[in-house]
Amino acid sequence: MKLTCNEATTICDKSQYKQASFWEIIKLNIHLILCKKCGLYSKQNGIITKCIEKHKTDLNKQKMCLCEQEKKQMEQELKTKI
Amino acid sequence: MSKEKHQLSPDKWVKLHADYLYNFTIGRINNHDLAKDLVQDTFFAGLKAMDNFQGLASERTWLVAILKRKIIDYYRKINSTKGKAEVKMNFYADGEREGDWIEERVPSSWNNEIEKNIENEELSVVLEKCINGLPEKYAMVFRMKTIEQLETDDICKELEITSSNLWVIIHRARTQLRKCMEDNWFKN
Repeated sequence: MKLTCNEATTICDKSQYKQASFWEIIKLNIHLILCKKCGLYSKQNGIITKCIEKHKTDLNKQKMCLCEQEKKQMEQELKTKI
Repeated sequence: MSKEKHQLSPDKWVKLHADYLYNFTIGRINNHDLAKDLVQDTFFAGLKAMDNFQGLASERTWLVAILKRKIIDYYRKINSTKGKAEVKMNFYADGEREGDWIEERVPSSWNNEIEKNIENEELSVVLEKCINGLPEKYAMVFRMKTIEQLETDDICKELEITSSNLWVIIHRARTQLRKCMEDNWFKN
């Protein structure tokens, strides 16, 4: 029933992907009441997840292109093989 | 009444699809040259496989399918290279204190304007740097799981690792990311 901090933080990571089991969550919550360090980790882990979500929307927004030069070269190389 | 079949026109591939494919790749592998090479490889592989094109999917969908395969192959290559530097864990690995926090790696408090900080445009840049700073294999698994949101089972199958192995990697990656963000973003 008792978790080490290492195990607790692993469950905490799993729960960020909604993949921790019911029992794991219960054990984690008991551990979090008792352990301030993991409590802090858990809180910050949630913040990191938020950061990643933000990052993902940014990734989708940014439109990156190959430069014309690169595309021209690509086209030439491709033409030699057609 | 048969639907019109899609056609391939390789001479227009670069013009029509290069940027799209490049964007698709760069979100998964954050390296310009590598992404460019993968796009080029995709075009070459497409040429070779033209006879297999049945015209059911659009040209772009077909190319993306090839590209996805190329990206997975690249992941596999990283996965098979051994001798990557081991990261320092945040926990005692043995003895009586097994699984406890090591004092100097205990998370420290972040300031209270965190929520505001997340909206900042620079955040993406710092986070991306932190992800790139992870050992290559960790960064790869982390991206697959978190950015691409692939299923755990699929990642395990592609990389031939167990799911507990995957969670250890995710855990180490996140622990390092947390520390990196603490040092470079939240602690100012």
